[in-house]
Amino acid sequence: MDRENEKVAAPKKGRRQSAPGKPGRALAFILIALVALTGGMFLSGHTTPRLGIDLAGGTSITLEAKNEPGQKNAINPTNMNTAVDIINNRVNGLGVSEAEVQTQGDRNIIVNIPKGTNEKQAREQVGTTAQLFFRPVITQAAGAATPDPSATPPGADKEKDKATDKATDKATDKATDGADSPSSSASPQGRALTDALKDDPTPGASDKAEDGKKDDGKKDETPAPDPATAKLQEQFAKLDCTDKKQRAEAGRGIKASETTIACGKSADGKTWDKFILAPAEVNGKDVDEAEATIRQDTGAWIVNMEFTKGGAKKFSDVTSKLSQQQPPQNQFAIVLDGDVVSAPSVNTTLSKNAEISGSFTQQSAKDLANVLSYGALPLTFHEQSVTTVSPALGGEQLQAGLIAGAIGLALVVIYLVVYYRGLSLIAIASLLVSAALTYTIMTLLGPTIKFALNLPAVCGAIVAIGITADSFIVFFERVRDEVREGRTLRPAVERGWPRARRTILVSDFVSFLAAAVLFVVTVGKVQGFAFTLGLTTLLDVVVVFFFTKPLMTLMARKKFFASGHKWSGFDPVRLGVKPPIRRARRAPGSAGPVDPKEA
Amino acid sequence: MSKLGNLGARLYRGEVGYDFVGKRMLWYGLSILITITAIVGLAVRGLNMGIEFEGGAVFNTPKTSASVSKAEESAEKAAGHDAIVQKLGEGEMRIQIAGVDIEKSDQIKRALAEDLDVKAGDINADLVGPSWGEQIANKAWQGLAIFMVLVVIYLAIAFEWRMALAALIALIHDITITVGVYALVGFEVTPGTVIGLLTILGYSLYDTVVVFDSLKEQSKDITKQTRFTYSEVANRSINGTLVRSINTTVVALLPVAGLLFIGGGALGAGMLNDISLSLFVGLAAGAYSSIFIATPLVADFKEREPQMKALKKRVLAKRAAAAAKGESAEAPHTADDVPHDDEYEDDAAPAVVGPRSQPASRGRGKGRPSGKRR
Repeated sequence: MDRENEKVAAPKKGRRQSAPGKPGRALAFILIALVALTGGMFLSGHTTPRLGIDLAGGTSITLEAKNEPGQKNAINPTNMNTAVDIINNRVNGLGVSEAEVQTQGDRNIIVNIPKGTNEKQAREQVGTTAQLFFRPVITQAAGAATPDPSATPPGADKEKDKATDKATDKATDKATDGADSPSSSASPQGRALTDALKDDPTPGASDKAEDGKKDDGKKDETPAPDPATAKLQEQFAKLDCTDKKQRAEAGRGIKASETTIACGKSADGKTWDKFILAPAEVNGKDVDEAEATIRQDTGAWIVNMEFTKGGAKKFSDVTSKLSQQQPPQNQFAIVLDGDVVSAPSVNTTLSKNAEISGSFTQQSAKDLANVLSYGALPLTFHEQSVTTVSPALGGEQLQAGLIAGAIGLALVVIYLVVYYRGLSLIAIASLLVSAALTYTIMTLLGPTIKFALNLPAVCGAIVAIGITADSFIVFFERVRDEVREGRTLRPAVERGWPRARRTILVSDFVSFLAAAVLFVVTVGKVQGFAFTLGLTTLLDVVVVFFFTKPLMTLMARKKFFASGHKWSGFDPVRLGVKPPIRRARRAPGSAGPVDPKEA
Repeated sequence: MSKLGNLGARLYRGEVGYDFVGKRMLWYGLSILITITAIVGLAVRGLNMGIEFEGGAVFNTPKTSASVSKAEESAEKAAGHDAIVQKLGEGEMRIQIAGVDIEKSDQIKRALAEDLDVKAGDINADLVGPSWGEQIANKAWQGLAIFMVLVVIYLAIAFEWRMALAALIALIHDITITVGVYALVGFEVTPGTVIGLLTILGYSLYDTVVVFDSLKEQSKDITKQTRFTYSEVANRSINGTLVRSINTTVVALLPVAGLLFIGGGALGAGMLNDISLSLFVGLAAGAYSSIFIATPLVADFKEREPQMKALKKRVLAKRAAAAAKGESAEAPHTADDVPHDDEYEDDAAPAVVGPRSQPASRGRGKGRPSGKRR
């Protein structure tokens, strides 16, 4: 019966309207999509959307980049991304789980720190500008705490450590640097700071007495009072760089002009070294630029630094002093936020240009160059807003949002049922499909693009209920208009659809345009809202095309709807179709269901 | 309900209808009045910009037994600025302090925690530097401008420039009214308000587009007939889609009403409330403007075209002739018109057709013979 009718209808449809198609196929398509999305959701292990800070609780910090005076155009994607990396390292280095750092707009960085984190500490980390210093190394040791700090003479066990550590490092280092840098003595991190000119090779691991050296250092740099030195030594001995917390706290809040302790990764990237570092001689702003390149002769990755004019002078002063020292005191620690990023040794006086060579991989060279550049980034960051939400309030807001959504949905459903009666079943089913799609896609977007459902997004989703239902109304009213003209339901659906489709597409396009423009242009909460609105608008089109219309086509075949049952929403009396006329119209073409001329 | 159902049918057939286009001057006047009120309100009272735009701190405390005055005292002492304290729900408090910077607000938070005997970690704080709010607002205006340009281009392509222009005027009208309501009532403007306002962009146009779409369809071959002027067709489009417009608006407003109810009732204040309030005002204005402003404007613009002027002349001449023949002649005349009518409706203009048994005297909504479906 169905098939027969389709055949009859086909030529007519081909003339002006889209064919009713195969409604089953479209329905199957959307069901498969739904099942696939749900399956993907369970497979990915995330069955609820990722919640934003305002719903889950936590702290959200918005930073705005500002150009340093005299630097124009410093706010560019490269600089911003470098800054994001640095901040990300800093915040996540605190032991914060899943802190999230993102750029937003062209000049903002959003840092979201979930609940259960030391918010104060995190904010300190984020709020302060990264500080990059070049500090001469005074003492260095393997990262673990010294077993008996009071009994150990400072430096004694350190030397031991060094001897073992360094020997290997140096060997590899030289091997890579080999050909043209005989001079570079490897640092504990397996790196050397050189320029084009090289001296003669330094001896291997040196066992020069630590104490004497320290005195030297003190004379050269700031003389530290003895009690302070003793205290530092004690701290140093206790410091356990393998402990994340201790590591994070080591050397925090120390001024550039003070001697400090610090941790740093050793060359292999697995173990930790600890350091006592002299006051900073050169800081990050003295670096003009830094980049990772491949040295042409050896094919090894190196990092090239170029200092500013003032920086070059300071740098040459320090390197001339350092190059006279014995290891480990010929090292220059590059300290970012209290962490030793690298500690290359110096063998010669350097000035404007310097290169750091060693056992770099492409990644580690780039990372170091980034760190060095960050010190030189002509950007400062200012806290624009800080929002702290306790988990209790977050939960409350989420609950309120869900209740509001439920109420909104219920009101819409009631209205549809009252007005459209049986027809509302199609609308409700479509709304449910739409809701299911939105939910699964939002959930899946969590792990993939870090989409987080926040309160504005919830609002967007609730408002979207109306937008989605509007499409059904446009379609239903069209079909009812056609029925009013005296068509039977099936042709009415097929005739009404192309026009409803156009209206829906045009108006959804306008909605989507608004969402897209807002998403691209705006920042902050507005953006989250725009995203949801855009997503639901797209889904609306999908649902109307692949679900509502095919379902309508199927339902139009049911007697309940086709006969204009009182509760079907197509009651001829209510629609204002005058039954006698309708019958009269049907009479000539009763054999051919649609068009007498073609029947 | 069945009455409403019948109303839809009667509107559709043109049995009943409101002459939106004919009485447009009344509605233009009303809109101009409202708009002027809104602008004056905006100029005189200004907007009550929230902390998020002015810079400052908003604290939400958990349930506490402390009194409002104590919280106020504590906050003012710590801040050195005036504090606004509101009691929310069951003992929660919302404390707003303008003009404090982020550093200072930390101290305030600690002081509050101590004085109100709650844990500092349980106090929700929203600290905003003044330039952030400014940035949000600037970006929103920028988005608004870009959207308007794009949508006018799009509507000019999808429909025609007159409709695009009319839609733009209606949109500006909606936004002015919404902003005006905020200025006059003194609701606080927050980022949530801005979000709501921006959503109106897409939404206000939704209704307008539905009417325009029907109008475009019905006026497709308008110059080939002599029964209706453009304005009359436009009016019929509005009436024909009136049920649709009402339904879409009601359905759009219902979830927003849910939000407003929950946002206002359960949470006291906050983003849900802010978004839904501006949406509610804007949606209502949008529904009004697409019916009373946008379409009549299109009719006005269109009637200035030479072809439309000529059409109007022909239609009027014909009607005058018909009137001269006397009322008895009207019925056959109607039959005469049918072929033309049918032609220009090639793509079916639902609103123009209807059962033949219609009283002809209405001058519109006359049906064509039933068998003629094409």
